[in-house]
Amino acid sequence: MNVLAYLIPISLILGGVGLVAFVYTVRSNQYDDPEGDARRILSDDWDDRPKP
Amino acid sequence: MTATLRATPSACPACAAAPAAEALAARALPDARIALSLPTIHCAACISKIEAALNAHEQVRSARVNLTLKRASIDAAPDVTAEEMRALVEGLGYEAHELDAGTLSATATDKAGRDLLMRLAVAGFASMNVMLLSVSVWSGAEAATRDLFHWISAAITLPAIAFSGVPFFRNACAALRQGRLNMDVPITLAILLAVITSLWETSLSGEHAYFDAAIALTFFLLAGRYLDHRTRAIARSAAEELTALEVPRATRLRERAEEVVGIADLSIGDLILVRPGGRMPVDGVIVAGTSEIDRSLLTGETLPVFAGEGQQVSAGEVNLTGPLTIRATAVGAETSLHRMADLVAIAESGRSRYTSLADSAAKLYAPGVHILSGLSFLGWYLYTWDLRTALNIAAAVLIITCPCALGLAVPAVTTAASGRLFRRGMLIKHETALERLAQVDTVVFDKTGTLTSGMPRLTNLDTLPRDAMELALALSQASAHPLAQAITLAGRDGGYVTAEVSDISEVPGYGTKGVFEGQDVRLGRASWVGAAPRAETATFLRVGEAAPVALTFADALRPGAEEAVEALVRQGKRVILMSGDTTPAVEALAVRLGIAQWLAEALPADKAARVKALSDQGAHVLMVGDGLNDTAALAAAHVSISPASALDAARVASDIVLLGNDLSPIGAACETARAATRRIRENFRIATVYNIVAVPLAVAGLCSPLIAALAMSASSITVSLNALRLR
Repeated sequence: MNVLAYLIPISLILGGVGLVAFVYTVRSNQYDDPEGDARRILSDDWDDRPKP
Repeated sequence: MTATLRATPSACPACAAAPAAEALAARALPDARIALSLPTIHCAACISKIEAALNAHEQVRSARVNLTLKRASIDAAPDVTAEEMRALVEGLGYEAHELDAGTLSATATDKAGRDLLMRLAVAGFASMNVMLLSVSVWSGAEAATRDLFHWISAAITLPAIAFSGVPFFRNACAALRQGRLNMDVPITLAILLAVITSLWETSLSGEHAYFDAAIALTFFLLAGRYLDHRTRAIARSAAEELTALEVPRATRLRERAEEVVGIADLSIGDLILVRPGGRMPVDGVIVAGTSEIDRSLLTGETLPVFAGEGQQVSAGEVNLTGPLTIRATAVGAETSLHRMADLVAIAESGRSRYTSLADSAAKLYAPGVHILSGLSFLGWYLYTWDLRTALNIAAAVLIITCPCALGLAVPAVTTAASGRLFRRGMLIKHETALERLAQVDTVVFDKTGTLTSGMPRLTNLDTLPRDAMELALALSQASAHPLAQAITLAGRDGGYVTAEVSDISEVPGYGTKGVFEGQDVRLGRASWVGAAPRAETATFLRVGEAAPVALTFADALRPGAEEAVEALVRQGKRVILMSGDTTPAVEALAVRLGIAQWLAEALPADKAARVKALSDQGAHVLMVGDGLNDTAALAAAHVSISPASALDAARVASDIVLLGNDLSPIGAACETARAATRRIRENFRIATVYNIVAVPLAVAGLCSPLIAALAMSASSITVSLNALRLR
């Protein structure tokens, strides 16, 4: 059962990383235009240098 | 972290760095933030084309298209006008409308929604982890391992609930402070009691801990809240966009120069120029010019009224033929348009008496749950004299009965139904509008602008002599008056040729005149051509000294009006027509649509009073109207619908807004509302059945955390699936 000492923290950290990533996406307005972003990826306008 | 992330591209670093610039900034105009509505964009190519064109404009700092909202936001130098940007986009072949950025700013960041989403995410993360730990406890973890898992669960659950549960705690506090019980009181109590008993159990290395139930409960309930919030946020943002489409601007005359200013900047005594086709921005007196004004939005009359010097005009009236200069006598909140808001406020206080299905369920439910849980605590305490067992059982009862499915029952259905109606072009603005729409048994329609489109149509073309029509066509082509345009349209469709009339000129407020074969010809108002006025809308043609010929008009029906009335009658509803227009006009329309009951020449207060009288007789009235004269009636009715073309005040007062031009969705909406309410009741029944099965187990002390978790998840999922069956 000693393996629990590693596995539990690891699973919690992985979950936490997911949570932090989600919070980051919400805070940086990534859900403002889901439809537009899905289409934008198809155009090559900003491929060489990202949009400011 | 967030401060750097959120820096908007519009922030000008130089301005921030040099506070001395502030003195200058007081004189210099701020950067133009322009919003355009682009209803026809649909693909990646549209986005790049419009963005590229806008960014190529040298004074545009940045432009971004939002495909979800079908909107473009532009950051530009101060002297760039929205009109210029609109023309640029229209040049690319897309429809574009200017949006008032001031009205939209509220929607830009949906703070409450983001806050709920964050809490939902934390609750979701915590509940998944705690569930995982609980599964190992249920599958047989023992002694020290079980205690360790319980302690880890506690460490995750406590902070997560402290953060995620705040909306419930806050609502429950507010309700208790007013001495009332709502759905949030049992929720809060269940969560808190579950956490406290579980902590106590864990510290005594007990077997049962309800951390998983407490956090899963929070998660499901937050999901319901978030759905509810989103539905309303979508409706609100669409309603705001409608408002923003009417940019409040006026042309002010100052020392003979014209300047375009916002309506908020006008003050009493200002001279304002209103061009033909423009709407009066303020109440005032005409100081120069003659014209005709269309007051249909205020009074429901379709007949344009003559306007000359010295006459009073009210905000909201539309100027038809000649330019008018008015001196403002009342601005902003003092205008007659705004004073109507008082009437609305009075009428609305009546509506707030409606208790939603969820609230009435909570009223029955909340005390029942508390009594049941209290009794089982008392019973077990008296039976065993063991506080720990009794408290454990009381907590189990509260968790099992917690209105998890009830919290989802209503939002899941309203989200599904609102989404369906939104696709058909109806915007549900009020949270209980659907429930109220389902109860409707009487429908009151306004005439002008609601059942009719407000566009006149020539009615006596067949009886007119051909030469008279050709003369009328020649004269009407010189005018932008709606009646003249109706003649032009009818003449073109009928294949008439224009007579050769020379020296055509428009006399604003009266009509048009010209010379035909040496004779004076006039087309215009009865008094101007010397004819007897008629009851219906009419214009007159006179050649020389001959007797005037009347051209009569009727309002064209709005598309879908016939279907809507027919569908409502078929559903067994009583349909009534109420209008401020003249008796013959109203009667003709009522006969045409097969409406048995009608009321003409009704004043705004009459309409509201009639609606109130109907409600007092026990009828549930649906009011459909668009004008200022309907506003009070819209607010007084049980539920109200207004078309998108309605006046802003009318749209604010109504619960549902029709986005398209078509009226036919009204019939179907009543059906959908009925189905939705039926589904909500069904959901309540499902939730009750789960409770009836699980509560005896809990009271008997046989309920393990596993059973609690199963019952809760199963009932929540069934309720959500049932809501999705709605069609």
